[in-house]
Amino acid sequence: MSELVQKKQRHSVSNKVLNTVVYILVILFCVLCIIPFLVGISASFSDERSLLREGYSFWPVAFSTAAYDMLFSTRQIVDSYKVSIFVTVVGTVLSMVVTAMMAYPLSVKKLKYRGAISFFAYFTMLFNGGLVPTYMLVSKYLGMRDTVWCMIIPVLVNPWNLFLLRNFFSAIPAELHESARIDGANDVRILWQIILPVSLPALATVALFYGVSYWNQWFNAMLYIEDASKFPLQYLIMKMLRNIELLKQMSSQAGFAVDMSALPTVTTKMATAIVTIGPIVIAYPFAQKYFTSGLIVGSVKG
Amino acid sequence: MLHGAAEGRVRKNKQGFLHEMRQNRFLYLLTVPGILFFLVFSYVPMGGLVIAFQDYSMRYGIFGSKFNGFDNFRFLFQTGDIWRVTGNTLYLNILFIVFSTLMSVLLAILFSEMSGRRWKRITQSISILPNFVSWTVIALFLDAFIDPTTGMLAKWLAKIGAPVDFYANAQVWPALLVLLRIWQGAGYGAIVYIATIVGIDPQIYEAADIDGTTRIQKIFRITIPILKPTIILMTMFGVGRIFYGDFGMIYALVGDNSLLFKTTDVIDTYVYRMMRMLRNYGMSAATGMFQSVLGFVFIIAANWIARKLEPDSALF
Repeated sequence: MSELVQKKQRHSVSNKVLNTVVYILVILFCVLCIIPFLVGISASFSDERSLLREGYSFWPVAFSTAAYDMLFSTRQIVDSYKVSIFVTVVGTVLSMVVTAMMAYPLSVKKLKYRGAISFFAYFTMLFNGGLVPTYMLVSKYLGMRDTVWCMIIPVLVNPWNLFLLRNFFSAIPAELHESARIDGANDVRILWQIILPVSLPALATVALFYGVSYWNQWFNAMLYIEDASKFPLQYLIMKMLRNIELLKQMSSQAGFAVDMSALPTVTTKMATAIVTIGPIVIAYPFAQKYFTSGLIVGSVKG
Repeated sequence: MLHGAAEGRVRKNKQGFLHEMRQNRFLYLLTVPGILFFLVFSYVPMGGLVIAFQDYSMRYGIFGSKFNGFDNFRFLFQTGDIWRVTGNTLYLNILFIVFSTLMSVLLAILFSEMSGRRWKRITQSISILPNFVSWTVIALFLDAFIDPTTGMLAKWLAKIGAPVDFYANAQVWPALLVLLRIWQGAGYGAIVYIATIVGIDPQIYEAADIDGTTRIQKIFRITIPILKPTIILMTMFGVGRIFYGDFGMIYALVGDNSLLFKTTDVIDTYVYRMMRMLRNYGMSAATGMFQSVLGFVFIIAANWIARKLEPDSALF
């Protein structure tokens, strides 16, 4: 009897140790996740000269809003914000419409050629023409260069999201639409009045995936856009990053630091980054549950 | 007789096609925009691979440029660049797959061992957040740590007498990229494992409790074995794209800093530079085709092997 009590006590001690270790590790990882954001925010509110002198820190050495003042004094940030918002909103809506339109029929079992159409889409995940032919197509033959559409149309349907949505639709119990069919509803009505309403969480998940990828996209802008008024935010950051990097590379090769303190370049870059991730961080707590559920269902093969 | 039967089947099939189209015209109509999209932006570029066999010039376009046979490929293999970038691509991807998976599984187990619900939810949300930040922003944040004169990490390393010039030292980048990949994606990658753990029948753990199994033992004897198929499946997703470098990550972080190319230049960044900087479209397309073909053969083979060993983990 006493042996059992002893065993239990030993258990509870090792339990406590394990709990402590678990919490310490998890909190440590979370702290590491947050630190870069804190340093970025701190830098964006720092005085450029003191930052270059003292280096980056968790708290601004000398508080200053000069970076934000400078950032918002340019037209560029307003333009880029507009472009990013347009691409994200219009892109997400268009992508959702086309993706959902294609995903639903692929989930309908009575459809004879759904396997063939699925393969048609799936094959693009296995083999592709690569960068050069796509670049030629979009810039030379479709004439999308320097238009906002080059950031939307070429990436309209993501096959991954397509199959994710198809799997959602397939998981809807067949009784639901079969009973409606017996009542005389046609395909249009079944889709509008039964499938889409019950799929709202799934649609929200995929829309969020699209939204984030449109918001964070810069590759197509780098390829096709030269007009600065059409730079999305992410590409603006990319541009800033590159120009300074060139200087840094030169100074590191020459063995001395180039004095760039005349302009608030470093702090302005950080301020741009903070302004860019702002919407994501604000929307995040509300959207997070959709990301989680989306990935779980997406991991179920179909 | 036989002939007649075959003919009958053909006619029936033909009728079947039209009949099927008429019967389900609404459903087929819905797929048209998507099919057009894939046709134009995936299949047409596949045809565009003929550029790989051309001395392509922007002026004459795809229909006017001269064909030069396998010259682009010959030159590609002669320079030896292709082996370096393919090697880097494979090496970095293997590192990413191994360490990201380990870290995601570890995080998932840690989360599932947490008893406080509130803590669990908050910490999990925080760990996923970096996944939604673009690599351009991460590159900026990274600067705050590794800039040679102002970066927090670089300054600290200099203080303890082990200075590293991150922007000139290619050797440290594979490790740095792995750390960044873990920072960015491990929390997000853990979700799928957490979902698997949540789905484990609690009776299994209860039975283990009666046997007096410790929590550590339960992790190793129950949780990890149950996670195995998911781990294999997720690894397969990574392996399937092993010849594709993460352009968004590497170009945002490294850019055109040639001092770092030795360890960080992957096929995708090479293809991009070849096209944009050198304007050598033919060779760039040839490199891209080399990648696509290799990737395709590899994924088919990997899937075939997976199907033999563990049918559940086959991709298709």
